[in-house]
Amino acid sequence: MPVQALACKECGTEYELEARYVCDSCFGPLEVRYDHASLDAESVKRRIQAGPQSLWRYSDFLPFTQTPKYALPAGATPLIRAPRLAEAIGLREVWIKNDAANPTHSFKDRVVSVAVAKAQELGFDTIACPSTGNLANAVAAHAAAAGLESYVFIPADLEEQKILATGVYGTKLVTVRGNYDDVNRLCTELSAEHDWAFVNVNVRPYYAEGSKTLGYEIAEGLGFELPDRVVAPVASGSLFTKIARGFDEWREVGLVDGETPTMNGAQAEGCSPVAQAFDAGWDICKPVKPNTIAKSLAIGNPADGPYALELARRSGGTIDAVSDDEIRAGIRLLAETTGIFTETAGGVTTATLAKLAARGDIDPDERVVAVITGEGLKTLDAVRGTFETHEIDATVESFDSALPTAAAV
Amino acid sequence: MAVTVKIPTQLRSVTGGEGETTVDGAATVGEVLDGLYDRFDGLRDRIAEDGDLRRFVNVYVGGEDIRFLDGLDTSVEDGDEVTILPAVAGGS
Repeated sequence: MPVQALACKECGTEYELEARYVCDSCFGPLEVRYDHASLDAESVKRRIQAGPQSLWRYSDFLPFTQTPKYALPAGATPLIRAPRLAEAIGLREVWIKNDAANPTHSFKDRVVSVAVAKAQELGFDTIACPSTGNLANAVAAHAAAAGLESYVFIPADLEEQKILATGVYGTKLVTVRGNYDDVNRLCTELSAEHDWAFVNVNVRPYYAEGSKTLGYEIAEGLGFELPDRVVAPVASGSLFTKIARGFDEWREVGLVDGETPTMNGAQAEGCSPVAQAFDAGWDICKPVKPNTIAKSLAIGNPADGPYALELARRSGGTIDAVSDDEIRAGIRLLAETTGIFTETAGGVTTATLAKLAARGDIDPDERVVAVITGEGLKTLDAVRGTFETHEIDATVESFDSALPTAAAV
Repeated sequence: MAVTVKIPTQLRSVTGGEGETTVDGAATVGEVLDGLYDRFDGLRDRIAEDGDLRRFVNVYVGGEDIRFLDGLDTSVEDGDEVTILPAVAGGS
């Protein structure tokens, strides 16, 4: 397998494949470097198609020399054509990549799979993370499946569903009085003091690789073709940039033809440091204090913000932001046109897709993929009060008077 | 006047292994860092570039990111704690 080393994204300094995430010389982020030149497209394609129904079918592009035996397989989520959604927003071809269909109902199962497999290979017996909720669910579940200890740190004001769906796996759940950025800072400090694998801190270069598999699955689901455009949420910016990296790796190997798709990032107005930097023409982000219902995207100080900006500009895309009301409307629009109930982050993505279409940014003939990263049952409060119910007595008369248009003739 | 500075593991090779140190007589974060640069050879190149912090370096005073305060001009007082950390962690 072609994995080679860790390398600094800023200055290129190389390091061994160990638990390390920051370049010693320039403080830049490290990422995994591969040598894909040795890969033959046809044989890679055969290995993928003969592989397991999970993200491990893409082992040639993951940071392991041998495919790990893994207890809780993730990925292989549905890519669904959404003609009613397309029609509603005036487009021809829209697809939904529904990553809520993962073991803990978000795309975080992908990144945690790779981080935990690597942590096990490196000999860690405890994994940990700072999280806005989805990652907490995934870390707790994957640790349980693998028989590892885990510590999960979350902001104390998180949605109850996400707290319950983490604690149930038997993790040590720590609720921190502060926002995500405070939790993240705390964990960065703790990672220096404990011999634990913090999935998105000291093993972050491996963790981030898991997001590439979303790109591979989209391309494979389209018959080894690239879409024209992808709309995906931006929190730290890691998912957004790694989806495109997945596409680009497959272009290099020759598994797909064409250009990098136009990449549109989606943020909530109440936490939109990357969208603000995009509008202002900056190449770095000014941190913000989050205030939005989209808590899973509430990272005020996004680690991969500069790279997300670079990608949006290079691919002819944008980073847009939508209001909390637009997010609720986005959740409803997706649910009513596709039957998929997404959490607030998916509302952000759907609302941004609708906004781009309304603005005329999208050619009606484009093939567009919207990446839905999480499950609606985790953020029930977001849709409370957005529809009415009809309470009646258990009689035909009561029903007919409550809903006269539905009365039998 | 002494300010405590917490040094991340990634910088301890230039601080002789020290994870925490103090700087006297500094009125701003910029002066605290200058005090460290004078003392620790090679530190400036690691975290600063063209007179400003590198883009993947976060500095906090009392847990607050200095970009929410006055940046390198943020004033510090006796007993304050300044923390230097890599910015590349995280991902919801």
